[in-house]
Amino acid sequence: MLLIRCPHCGNRPEIEFHCGGEAHIARPETPSEMTDQHWAEFLYYRTNPKGMHAERWQHRHGCGRWFNALRDTVTDKFAATYEMGSPRPDLAATPAPARTA
Amino acid sequence: MSQPFRRSSGGHIDRTQPITVSFNGKTLHGYRGDTIASMLIASGSHLAGRSFKYHRPRGILSHGSDEPNALLSVDWRPEKGEGRRDPNNRASVVEARSGLKTATQNHWPSLETDIGAVNDLLSPVFVAGFYYKTFMWPRKFWDKVYEPFIRKAAGLGDAPEVPDADRYANRHAHADILVVGAGPAGLSAALAASEDGSKRVILADEGFKLGGALLNDVTSEIDGKPAAVWVEEMVAQLDARENVIVLPRTTVFGYYNHNHIAMVERVADHRDNAPDGLARERLWQVRASKVIIAAGSHERPLVFENNDRPGIMLAESARAFINRYAVLPGKSLVVATCGASAYRTALDAKAAGMDVKIVDIRLGEDCGPELAEARSAGIDVLTGHTVVKALGTKRVTGVVVAPLGNDGSVGTRRTLTCDCVAMSGGWTPSVHLFSQSRGKLAFDASLDAFLPGQSAQEEVSAGACHGIYDLSEIIADGYKAGGSDTSVSATATFTGFQPVRVLPTDADPKKVKAFIDFQNDVTAKDIKLAVREGFESIEHVKRYTTTGMATDQGKTSNMNALGLVAGLLDRPLPAIGTTTFRPPYTPVTFGALVGPSREDRFEPVRTTAIDPWAVANGAEFEPVGQWRRAHYFPKAGEDMHAAVARECKAVRTSVGIFDASTLGKIEVVGPDAAEFMNRIYTNAWAKLKVGGCRYGLMLGENGFVMDDGVVARLAEDRFHVTTTTGGAPRVFQHMEDYLQTEWPDLDVFITSITEQWAAIAVQGPNARKVVEPFVSDIDMSEGAFPHMAVREGFICGVPTRLFRVSFTGETGFEVNVPVDYAEAVWKTLYEEGRKYDITPYGTETMHVLRCEMGFIIVGQETDGTATPDDVGLSGLVSKKKPDFVGMRSLARPDMLLPDRKQLVGILAKDPNEVLEEGAQVVEDPSLPVPVPMIGHVTSSYFSSNCGRSIAMAMIKGGRARIDQTVWVTTPKGFTEATISTSVFHTVQGEKVDA
Ligand SMILES: [Zn+2]
Repeated sequence: MLLIRCPHCGNRPEIEFHCGGEAHIARPETPSEMTDQHWAEFLYYRTNPKGMHAERWQHRHGCGRWFNALRDTVTDKFAATYEMGSPRPDLAATPAPARTA
Repeated sequence: MSQPFRRSSGGHIDRTQPITVSFNGKTLHGYRGDTIASMLIASGSHLAGRSFKYHRPRGILSHGSDEPNALLSVDWRPEKGEGRRDPNNRASVVEARSGLKTATQNHWPSLETDIGAVNDLLSPVFVAGFYYKTFMWPRKFWDKVYEPFIRKAAGLGDAPEVPDADRYANRHAHADILVVGAGPAGLSAALAASEDGSKRVILADEGFKLGGALLNDVTSEIDGKPAAVWVEEMVAQLDARENVIVLPRTTVFGYYNHNHIAMVERVADHRDNAPDGLARERLWQVRASKVIIAAGSHERPLVFENNDRPGIMLAESARAFINRYAVLPGKSLVVATCGASAYRTALDAKAAGMDVKIVDIRLGEDCGPELAEARSAGIDVLTGHTVVKALGTKRVTGVVVAPLGNDGSVGTRRTLTCDCVAMSGGWTPSVHLFSQSRGKLAFDASLDAFLPGQSAQEEVSAGACHGIYDLSEIIADGYKAGGSDTSVSATATFTGFQPVRVLPTDADPKKVKAFIDFQNDVTAKDIKLAVREGFESIEHVKRYTTTGMATDQGKTSNMNALGLVAGLLDRPLPAIGTTTFRPPYTPVTFGALVGPSREDRFEPVRTTAIDPWAVANGAEFEPVGQWRRAHYFPKAGEDMHAAVARECKAVRTSVGIFDASTLGKIEVVGPDAAEFMNRIYTNAWAKLKVGGCRYGLMLGENGFVMDDGVVARLAEDRFHVTTTTGGAPRVFQHMEDYLQTEWPDLDVFITSITEQWAAIAVQGPNARKVVEPFVSDIDMSEGAFPHMAVREGFICGVPTRLFRVSFTGETGFEVNVPVDYAEAVWKTLYEEGRKYDITPYGTETMHVLRCEMGFIIVGQETDGTATPDDVGLSGLVSKKKPDFVGMRSLARPDMLLPDRKQLVGILAKDPNEVLEEGAQVVEDPSLPVPVPMIGHVTSSYFSSNCGRSIAMAMIKGGRARIDQTVWVTTPKGFTEATISTSVFHTVQGEKVDA
């Protein structure tokens, strides 16, 4: 079971969380002005990388807050968790965070 | 003499506590500290089971949890009745206690005489890939012949047939450092890690006595003290430290993500007079900052003909029986080895009074100091010799050995008579947990072993599992892992071996049974055949031959199998790969995994405040999500059909009462509440007046119907939203997600109030008469309180949110009251309703009545691919709003196709025939298969009010097919039906629109 750092509550077991898929995909301001193709891309197209992935998590059975996380899809290691609305951290620019365990 | 092979002194047994154990109905004698295996050996027998495939007699191979042969059925408390027996307990680790009832497995009629042993003679039939080759055809043999055979042959032991009578506990814990294994490395690591008192340390060991291999050691000294004394002092120090939890009898069986460790502690099985209610086992889930793996190593068997005869065991195991348990595995021992460590067994056996010979495949010049020491102790050592085969059937009676020439030729055979053999094919570090942690293994050719390589998690291996075999180095490695540079001076250990996969023989290898995997009965011949047939990856060889796939996960056999395949293919061993180790390290009882989550606690059942009344009034229940809901209320002699027909009539002719408390309820509050509702629902909310209700429809962003329910506006800035019973959590989280992540600018908060408000639906022409007398502070007149309105006031003196709504088509009220008052209000209304023969009804009647009106149920008519228009609800979709969740998707071309499935009614030609829900609908059943399907039945009932069966269906282009004849699948074929509109009943008098 993963150990996930909620930015508000600290380290908690995965069972308290809900994963909401890829992060940083903002809902368009004016959907009605979008082409079918662009709308379909917003709805369904995801990057699915092997490696670092920015994704949405909610501390559903804790504080209830949504936040973003950078998780390596190969090792399941979390490189960072950060508040909704903050930009994706530049891992190369910052020293590696302490391991979650 | 009951224990002829018990030594007169020594051993880690308590001779003041004699015990007896039942073994196949006979009595074994021993002492506290024994295992079943050591008691059996004390009695002079090694026969402990029959093998899985060939039913060959098998003895005790090992003294540890890697034992593949000696698997017992154990009834732990026969005096307490049934339900306390489980199969496949390893005799080598079962802590013996008076009262245990044990039995061997895999034989009939008895261990001594087993008819299945004929398989041994038929063994050419049971070659590698036997399952794949034999059960291919003919197809018709499968059900009656092959499957029963495979089922019978596939199981080890007999599964218990009655529920487990024991209880099991679980516990979560955090540790700074978890140490796995309490041998010399683990004890040192735990002592070092806990030294300054600042770290929480857990030390777990699968054995019932701490010390690991040092318990078998009577010759080593550590810092001048006997090894056993060193162990006692280390354990005493750890026990005295408040920051250390020492857990014997605790197997670390799983290493999961982020240092999540699962282990099982055997709490009660070893106890005399365990108190009632004491958990049998406890599942620990530990989150550790760091894990120190000190899991030791496994000895490899040697592979030669009949190496599975009872009396042949691993060399270290022979030493364990002689020293730790003070039992002699026989009188005359042949030690067969390719390495140094077995010489220690030979020396200890000699010192214990056994007649000992050593057969070493190594040449004399390749041996270390162990050779001289053995010879000076008077032991006859044959170097450069191979073991051609073992003699004897139910007990080894000798071994045939022969010298090896320089060219590898096998020289003249001679027979060494003996009654036990101790064999050593070298050592395999226990890298199971490291591998489970997703660490990468690295092959070390000098040790002929895979060792922990690159770590994936915060762990470190120490001692033998780290490839370190010398005692002082093991202890130093343990201290180092625990964060200390302490070193000790200990007696030098005999180390080093020359790996040999299959001992050279001059026999025809095709006629030889030399076992690699004892538990799955896989021989060297099987593996050679698999390679000859083209299997080269070890993962494929494993599956084809089943080697390493038994419950012991190949602890003793994997390296021999790998080495053999590598040799046959003439490739370096790491090129063959190693198998991935998976949890559990050793088998875990289902009881421990399930813990207290069984029976009523398996899945919590949600009940409403009205539930006790429903129980008292004879309701039949059905599960709806996690809820238990009253399905119908049968009167004496009524079946479901009769009860539902009566309930349906009553609601349409007088009044019914229904518990709607399970509906999800969410309060949406804030200055931007109406704007938020506008964005989340398809409907327009700005113009809904305070006190008004509206049927709300919610879509996912993909445009498909997600949920529905009545929404009441209690104030300008406050909405009381209802959802479907099953959809409540989903809807709540959907709202929360949009509020937090897309529209954080909206000043709104939402609260689940499902558990705060109970809802009592009173429906029917007499509904008003039942409710009105108890209402205060609300004007109940038709003009002041119309359909689709909500009022706040009091009923029976308690606060109510009173809804004037209907899901039946009849006049209806939904009385929302705080749950604590709900049962009392229900009873009051029910008593008043008796004047009108009020009828309690359940979910089935609710379904029938709404279907009569053509009202959909989300999740029944819809399946996640239905748009509002598909289910005839396009009128609820605002055309004026600039945007709402799902709006853009409704304009996608596929959402507008004319042949989308649309909601319609469907009436069977025979009015008494109730169509099957889920049945497919076709236009012409005479077309060739596959007949094109145009839709499916979504809801179907017998309606007593309509006097016939009614149904709804989703049909391609359905609204253009009204009155068309179609055919519906039935279990027997097809039945004729007609497409209709989906409203089946017209309510007389008061007109309502839900
Ligand atoms: Zn939180």
